[in-house]
Amino acid sequence: MTSKIKRGVSLYSFQEEMFLGKMTVEDCVAFGASIGAPGIEILPEQNMPTFPNISDRQVGEWQDMLARHGAHFTCYDMFLDTKRRKDRLMTDEEQVESIHRDLILCNRLGIRNMRILIFVRPDILEKCVPMAEKLDVHMGVEVHAPWHLEHAWILRTIEVADRLGTKHLGILPDMGIFMKHYPPAFRARFERQGARPEVTQFIVDQHEQKVMCEYTIFEVAVKMQGNKVEVAMAETLRHAPYANPKRIGDYAPYFRHIQAKFYEMNEDCTDPAIAYDEVIPALVKAGWEGTLSSEYEGNRWIQDVHEVDSREQVRRQHVMFERLIAQAEAA
Amino acid sequence: MFDKYTIDPATVANTGPADAPTGFSFTTKLGYYRGLGLSMIEDLKVSIDGEALPREAITFDEGEGPLTLDEMETAFDRRWPFGAPATITVALPGGFPAGEHKLSLQQRLRISYMPFPSFNNDEKVISL
Repeated sequence: MTSKIKRGVSLYSFQEEMFLGKMTVEDCVAFGASIGAPGIEILPEQNMPTFPNISDRQVGEWQDMLARHGAHFTCYDMFLDTKRRKDRLMTDEEQVESIHRDLILCNRLGIRNMRILIFVRPDILEKCVPMAEKLDVHMGVEVHAPWHLEHAWILRTIEVADRLGTKHLGILPDMGIFMKHYPPAFRARFERQGARPEVTQFIVDQHEQKVMCEYTIFEVAVKMQGNKVEVAMAETLRHAPYANPKRIGDYAPYFRHIQAKFYEMNEDCTDPAIAYDEVIPALVKAGWEGTLSSEYEGNRWIQDVHEVDSREQVRRQHVMFERLIAQAEAA
Repeated sequence: MFDKYTIDPATVANTGPADAPTGFSFTTKLGYYRGLGLSMIEDLKVSIDGEALPREAITFDEGEGPLTLDEMETAFDRRWPFGAPATITVALPGGFPAGEHKLSLQQRLRISYMPFPSFNNDEKVISL
């Protein structure tokens, strides 16, 4: 079975180098294209310094730049500043207006997928569906840990999409929801900060057995008299769900783009934490069509000890994707 | 995620006349993976050797002219872009104290999708 999975990168992956001025957006695009991942996901609020004022000329410059590298846009990551004012939250009308602003810019850039932050209310999104349909932009609510595919909050968006019978509202899974193993990069940093190896081993073992996090946090904080760092590590378990990859097929009609989150790749191009070896066969089996967009988020876990090399990390992830997709197609 | 890069130690310098400094300034970047409107920068706490300087003594300039922290709260048309340097100026008669001292900065941000404020902390040893 030939898959329809395409590969790409989110510019989020290169945040360390871009923040430090070591890579430009064009360097990121060129790199993605060079490893067979020409689908580009952007965060306009990160990658466009004049946001939200983007001229037609700037739009043209972006499109020319992508074309130079044989790349194309895949997804626009929106934000919603409901707390823009100190004295009150945005009204519903202001929220809809802000999302409309993003839908319009998304459309001007020629992008047909928009990542919606998970905290945006389903009833607000319902009000935005007519504009999304008019501009042909799919609004995908980011399914991000600690939420997961079947969390009641996510099911509310699915319910709205079903009720309206729209193809322009759905979800956009972040693969952090499939954390089968505790990331070694997390553990190593907590140990550098003063967590005792016997305690970190206990936390990793508890996660491996999928013990519900509150038991582990209590054990570490109270029974083991864990120090501040050890308790902080135990608390990361609240954000470390392992959703069932077998359910991917049921939800595949609701998403067209995936944020392929990862924290660190092994040298042999395997992921020690996220269950891509289970996720990709499920996507291929479902006949899912869309882009696997790298979202490297390991910089913050290693920058205290060594230089971050986001390119090498992303490269390894795509070697893994090529291998897993080919294996699933052959199966 | 970028805490340790938020103070640029090479930029710390006194302001005002060389023989009678009125304060000091330094360059900072927003410790966040995207740009943010200035109204959501809730506080920029500057301390020397652990002692916080008064909020009123601090001004911020991302390139469009200096604002006090109170003025920033309603600066709805200004943004601090991702990775972009901005200048913090602190009024402190005599300037940054002579010899080796710890300069620390805490950025408190109001990030709408987070249930609590976001803090970025940095500390650098400075010797002017």
